[in-house]
Amino acid sequence: MSALLEVSGVTVTFDGFRAINDLSFEIGPAELRAVIGPNGAGKTTFMDIVTGKTKPDTGRVLWGEESRSLLRMSEAEIARAGVGRKFQRPTVFEDQSVFDNLLLALRKNRSPFGVLFYRRSAEDKARVEALAAEIGLADQLGRLAAELSHGQKQWLEIGMLLAQEPRLLLVDEPAAGMTPAEREHTTDLLVQAAKTRAVVVVEHDMEFVRRLDCKVTVLHEGRVLAEGSLDHVTRNQEVIDVYLGR
Amino acid sequence: MQRSFIARNPSVLVFLAALALFTILVTILAEGAGAGVISTSFVKTLGKTLCLCLVAVAMDLVWGYCGILSLGHFAFFGLGGYMIGMWLMYARTEEIVLSANAGAALPMTPQELSDGIAAQIFGVVGGSELPWVWSFAHSLPLQLMLILLLPGLIALVFGWLAFRSRVAGVYLSILTQAMTLALSLWLFQNDSGLRGNNGLSGLQNIPGLAEVPQATLSLWFLWASAFALGGFYLLAAWVVSGKFGSVIRAIRDDEARVRFLGYSVEGYKLFVFTLTAMIAGIAGALYYPQAGIVNPAEIAPIASIYLAVWVAIGGRGRLWGAVLGAAAVSLVSSWFTSGQVPAVPLGFYTVEWTDWWLVLLGFGFVAVTLFAPNGLAGLVERIFIRGAK
Ligand SMILES: Nc1ncnc2c1ncn2[C@@H]1O[C@H](COP(=O)(O)OP(=O)(O)O)[C@@H](O)[C@H]1O
Ligand SMILES: [Mg+2]
Repeated sequence: MSALLEVSGVTVTFDGFRAINDLSFEIGPAELRAVIGPNGAGKTTFMDIVTGKTKPDTGRVLWGEESRSLLRMSEAEIARAGVGRKFQRPTVFEDQSVFDNLLLALRKNRSPFGVLFYRRSAEDKARVEALAAEIGLADQLGRLAAELSHGQKQWLEIGMLLAQEPRLLLVDEPAAGMTPAEREHTTDLLVQAAKTRAVVVVEHDMEFVRRLDCKVTVLHEGRVLAEGSLDHVTRNQEVIDVYLGR
Repeated sequence: MQRSFIARNPSVLVFLAALALFTILVTILAEGAGAGVISTSFVKTLGKTLCLCLVAVAMDLVWGYCGILSLGHFAFFGLGGYMIGMWLMYARTEEIVLSANAGAALPMTPQELSDGIAAQIFGVVGGSELPWVWSFAHSLPLQLMLILLLPGLIALVFGWLAFRSRVAGVYLSILTQAMTLALSLWLFQNDSGLRGNNGLSGLQNIPGLAEVPQATLSLWFLWASAFALGGFYLLAAWVVSGKFGSVIRAIRDDEARVRFLGYSVEGYKLFVFTLTAMIAGIAGALYYPQAGIVNPAEIAPIASIYLAVWVAIGGRGRLWGAVLGAAAVSLVSSWFTSGQVPAVPLGFYTVEWTDWWLVLLGFGFVAVTLFAPNGLAGLVERIFIRGAK
């Protein structure tokens, strides 16, 4: 099976500090993966590299069947190629309605002129409504995003990601600040999404990762410490020392 | 299908109706139409105010909606004035030179005509040849095109360089100030070919319309200004009402996030920056024939800062707020600086408003920032729209 994303030998330094150290990582086209690791392990920086926000000093980041390098592409090009990203803190456009937030993300022509002459079709409207139903915000479409609860904002952001129809979804700490019921809904959304695409979930919370029930990659000081099932990695002595031991 | 644009934005219709009503009222009351209640010079002031409202709409589009605090848009306004001014001065001087030669036995050769015009225009700065920048001044269509093309091209190149390097926020504002300062310093030089600090003058005299009194001309310009304001207001409202508006407001609020949605933020910024520069050019081209003179002091850095202040006072992110701010502040400003406002004697000191108006404006700006962050428009909305619910 060929990988959808292949990161190999990547190193990033910030002012002499190695945030990512010879990191290698691979994920297939329809796979759910959890990335765990203590604070400062480099999880967010890893996402920054894949999405083009941070350029690594060395290494390769290859994408898709043709193994295109993502390193020479801009953030917007990478997003259009099919990489979607959810940030750690929910970032939705507070000033705009839930509907407009989703419409903005809908996979459509992204060029200024294309957007200028865009007219919303019944099909697009239906698509937005279906997405809203999926994330449990069907009755909130007309509300400003600013008025949503923290958990609802997280879902809206996940909804926006799904609207982009990405082939790879990178999700940074989605469960942070959620109630147990909200967490459960979020888990369902992610597991569902991973049936048709690759999903990488960065998470702190072990219980949440357990419920995802997927392969786990443990990151520490910018490199992969262990990889495998949750039970497998939690038995690893190194992992226990640096992460679970605390 | 979506409902039509006007149906979704009834406020646009209200604005256009108010603008039409205003224009009709001024016309009826003006000297030029017989009633004579409004003097010709005040008609010109009102016409100029409409042009300032138009450039404020452009400023609101680029700053209030797209989040680019350009402090250089008045440079584009001034350039529009220079472009129309060159034709006005050239064609008018041509008339004068030809009529002075009317009695002569031989008609003038093109060279003699050109030299005669140059001597008239550049006598004040000691020149007698037409500089290269006047190459198209003989042609109205070409100069009209330059009103759009020159500000558009400068904005395109400047914006491309700045946005591509991801210059944003306060650094971009400083860069735009540097641009307008450089342009005004260049224009101040005599050898830039635009008459240095004298600028272009006599612009109120329209070539070929010598018999039309200023009272009538002032009305024509008022109508043209109102028409331009209405038209571009409609265009701006259309641009911001749809998905494009949604994208640029998203860029204003979180541009990194918009990038990760797959939109090339730089392209959008460049589009809005260039479009608004062209609108500013048109506003300037309508303003300066009513002012009669355009000189480099007009595009001093402070002018662009005032423009931002108008929009901030009026209310960013609301087109009619920008219009309100520009109209209110510029009219009050011209009243205070006209010397008609009675001085306030305090015994130990007399407050002359021509000196103290700027201080008052400064306090007004601070007050709005502190107490009405959405500007006058925000206040109006709070009082009327919320009240109506
Ligand atoms: N832009 C940056 N400049 C300097 N140091 C950074 C930058 N981004 C991240 N770091 C550092 O890199 C390390 C990894 O950070 P991060 O990827 O955010 O960790 P995680 O998301 O796993 O908690 C941290 O020590 C952090 O301080
Ligand atoms: Mg992090």
